[in-house]
Amino acid sequence: MNSKAPVYGMLAEFPNPPALLEAVRAARGAGFRQLEAYAPMVVEELVEALGSRDEGLPLLALIGAVVGGVGTFAVQWFSATMIYPINVGGRTPAWPGLIPSTFEMTVLGAALAVFFGVLLRSRLPRLYHPIFNDAGFAAASSDRFFLCIEAADPLYDEPRTRDFLERLRPLRVSVIEA
Amino acid sequence: MSSVAPSEMLSDMAPAHEPVLPGAQSYESISEKISGIVLTKPTARWWLIAFGICSALTVLFFGAIAYLFYKGVGIWGINVPVVWAFAIANYVWWIAIAMSGTFISAALHLTRQPWGASISRFAEAMTVFALAIAGLFPILHLGRPWFFYWLTPYPNMMSLWPQWRSPLVWDFFAILAYLLLSLMFWYLGLIPDFATLRDRARTRAKQLIFGLLALGWRGEARTWQRRQSAQLLLAGLAVPLVVSVHSVVGLDFAAGNTPGWHSTIFPPFFVAGAMFSGFAMAMTIVILLRRAFDLQNFITDRHLDNLAKLILAMGLVLAYSYVMEIFMAWYSTDRYEIYTSLTRMRGPYAPVYWALIFCVVIAPQALWSRRVRRAPWLLFAISIVINIGMWLERFMLIVTSEYRDFLPSAWGMFYPTFWDWAILIGSIGFFGWLLLLFVRFVPVISMAEMRELLTHERGAS
Repeated sequence: MNSKAPVYGMLAEFPNPPALLEAVRAARGAGFRQLEAYAPMVVEELVEALGSRDEGLPLLALIGAVVGGVGTFAVQWFSATMIYPINVGGRTPAWPGLIPSTFEMTVLGAALAVFFGVLLRSRLPRLYHPIFNDAGFAAASSDRFFLCIEAADPLYDEPRTRDFLERLRPLRVSVIEA
Repeated sequence: MSSVAPSEMLSDMAPAHEPVLPGAQSYESISEKISGIVLTKPTARWWLIAFGICSALTVLFFGAIAYLFYKGVGIWGINVPVVWAFAIANYVWWIAIAMSGTFISAALHLTRQPWGASISRFAEAMTVFALAIAGLFPILHLGRPWFFYWLTPYPNMMSLWPQWRSPLVWDFFAILAYLLLSLMFWYLGLIPDFATLRDRARTRAKQLIFGLLALGWRGEARTWQRRQSAQLLLAGLAVPLVVSVHSVVGLDFAAGNTPGWHSTIFPPFFVAGAMFSGFAMAMTIVILLRRAFDLQNFITDRHLDNLAKLILAMGLVLAYSYVMEIFMAWYSTDRYEIYTSLTRMRGPYAPVYWALIFCVVIAPQALWSRRVRRAPWLLFAISIVINIGMWLERFMLIVTSEYRDFLPSAWGMFYPTFWDWAILIGSIGFFGWLLLLFVRFVPVISMAEMRELLTHERGAS
């Protein structure tokens, strides 16, 4: 290994969710903070073990809903009362008739906010990432579980981090080039 | 563990000895089996034959639409008084089929039914395709379809705005919201599976296409958690949306004062009908799918059994609605309402009425029997009968209210033409065409959710 090549981090591969969970807890316990865990599915408690959950989506949904709902109601109200009043049989526009469209757009606004919220907060789409440089990482979408300690971590030190990861009994440990 | 133990959830659905995921499965075998359908399995003969037939029908569909745009709606059998016929019956039928897909998947997701995981993916696909087709029909039946965008509110040189209190405008927003939400819900579920395909693909082209579709998914713990949270939110939004969309379709009819339509029961009655026909279509497709791809280990007899129970329950709600419709006509003492109800049963369209009563009310009663619910081919036959019955119902509901309304001088019969049939049959072929492409190029079952299910079941045993 050329020690001068820029390094993204060190990757350890595990066979199942409990092993990964245990490894993440051990790494957090040892003081590592720049960690990422990769899995082919939701692993319960993994996010908590890594530090924090992302609780921002419900708020985004609320904002989207308000924008969609208030916006649609406003467009209808302005057009039906000021810009283009439709007077059918002497009946002026009444707000209950504006509610169905408002409801649909409230839901759509929330849904759009949630959908794009997930992608943007997860920094997706991002087609290239250093983690893909590892030849065995493809298994992360099928049946393998990975823990990556990033080189940006203040405690990162190649031989010592490798020692630490080897003690967690992974299937293998490898260095990821940036 | 934060959630309820899976074994408890299973026990109230079926005997404990019947797991959702039987057979010796592993994470690898799940990926292999499901991604293999897309990546490695050679294209089957049946697929090519079915694809050929559906392609021909698709050509018929778009050919008929092209001719319609060239000649106008006069090529159909519609007239005055029957101005709405096949196009609107097809519209309601397709949108009802679309209704249950996202609902099945969202409701099962929200109630944490583990058996939902393997049928939700294609149920969502069914929704997206059926809704895309349904959305065409209101446009097709416009006299000047190229002006359909006048439904959207936008500042224009004519200073025109939509009539906001029209159910037809509500329809536009309802379909738009439902189509986009269903697409997002579907795609969000698909992203990790596209990543699996990207990583398992052997050819450059497949790696590129699935790689682009996967958006660079890496499976980071927080991304999974966000996706899970988003799915829960979208599912929660989808359920009321589904109900509202079909209620609006019901209001398209109820807002007019035509006898047989002008009834407050319509929105819930339409929702029940939509669920019913959607579950039936899901049943049709699920049985074909599991047979074609040998997916008995993922879509078990228990799935079919549960789906059949849902169909039975919805069928009973619908039967109740029929009875109430007749009762309300009688109770209103309105002679036109009473006449419409009676002419449905005794008039020239009576065979349609009694055929639909057989298909929709009587045939599903066979599902009370557990033996029937466990016999896939019987279920398949019943689901087809229900689908036909539901189309007949929409036809009956639309045409029999129009052909004899208030003044006998304005009465007139409707007879479908070749182009009416071409567009109906063509739309079914186009739906099949889209589904065939879907089962060939997209994982039909969510691999990520199957892995979670496997983890749970292993943990439970």
